[in-house]
Amino acid sequence: MQSLAKLLEAALFAASRPLTLEELASLDPTAGEHAVRAALAALRLVYADDHGVELVEIAEGWQFLTRREYAETIARAQFALRPRRLSPAALETLAIIAYRQPVGRLEVDEIRGVDSGAVMDKLVERGLIEVVTRGEGLGRPLLYGTTPPFLEILGLKDLEDLPRLEELSVALRRPTPVDEPE
Amino acid sequence: MTGPIMRDQSAFVVELEKFSGPLDLLLHLIREDEVDITDLPIAKIADQFLSVINELGLNQAADYLEMAARLLRIKAQMLLPRRLGEDEWEDPRAELVRRLLEYQQIRELVDWLGHAADARAERYGRGYEAPPPDAPPAPLQIDLNDLLAAAERVIALIPEPMLHRVVPRPLDVEGATARITTLLAEREIFGWQDAVGPQATLVDVLSTFIALLELAKRSALTLSQSEPFGPMVITRAIPREAA
Repeated sequence: MQSLAKLLEAALFAASRPLTLEELASLDPTAGEHAVRAALAALRLVYADDHGVELVEIAEGWQFLTRREYAETIARAQFALRPRRLSPAALETLAIIAYRQPVGRLEVDEIRGVDSGAVMDKLVERGLIEVVTRGEGLGRPLLYGTTPPFLEILGLKDLEDLPRLEELSVALRRPTPVDEPE
Repeated sequence: MTGPIMRDQSAFVVELEKFSGPLDLLLHLIREDEVDITDLPIAKIADQFLSVINELGLNQAADYLEMAARLLRIKAQMLLPRRLGEDEWEDPRAELVRRLLEYQQIRELVDWLGHAADARAERYGRGYEAPPPDAPPAPLQIDLNDLLAAAERVIALIPEPMLHRVVPRPLDVEGATARITTLLAEREIFGWQDAVGPQATLVDVLSTFIALLELAKRSALTLSQSEPFGPMVITRAIPREAA
């Protein structure tokens, strides 16, 4: 294995979160992004079959994760904790924010038909959503968006990994703005 | 008398968790009836919605009540005669149908996200840290045992059965005052149990308490508790004639 790949392997092994391409590239400023990509691809190949862990592209970065087939055994032995499952209310709120971001609390309440303030506070606390900007409307409401940890807990590479709305069985047109004649 | 109300409230909490909101309940009813969401039989659905929230006690929740009101308004609007040749008639159901379709889509996404999270949870990263525990509750000065003990002491003092019948039972504050004054003459310090006497009725408890407050106000005695909810200690006040 070439030395750049070994360096990346060491960094990814040491890190407890996905490392982005920029972070990995910063390890060796002489290497350049292209070489880092190539080294990552080589590293992934090394771990493709013969190891208990594999190199996964996740949350706009790269991370070593254990193979799925060992999940039960590791959980049973309690070497690691399974993350707490998200409640349906939390998932509903995340779904709305993921697709409508940046989005304010009022719109989330409106779509869910229930007050979502407490759920959103919890999601902020868990670092899955964050305030990204303020809206233009009355009182300049806080607008929320999803964070890298959101991608991480879902195992997504980026937001493009989410299903496209038209792939869902319900064909829904977004409310088309009606141009009222003045 | 409090029995049925208590039961209703617990049922309310349990059943409410089955649905994440009024839209979820509506979708559930629509699926059960296998009706076309875009051509909603609004009268039927509105009636079902009302009867379900009544049955489940959900009519205590504002979100559900708001939806019930909305459904009834749409139902009424559907009954209004349409003038012939009026092609600008707007289906009163349109907004609700749009919201239902939108919500249905969100529910599908919830399934997808749930599966994705489950799949991710089967692979461990290094140095996995458990998510932070829920925010700690507001600090309380007492612990549960203190609270329960205090509640038990209060309950023990109340004679059963506790009926919610309003019967004029005049408090005997004068009698209690006389009793406490006698006690004060005999002893410099005594407890609540001594003041209220054995086998006290609710009236005795109230009379004694008011008498104690009144005497404390007149500086005949002082009331103290060593700790929150601790036993009350009544102490004869030092005469202030010297002052």
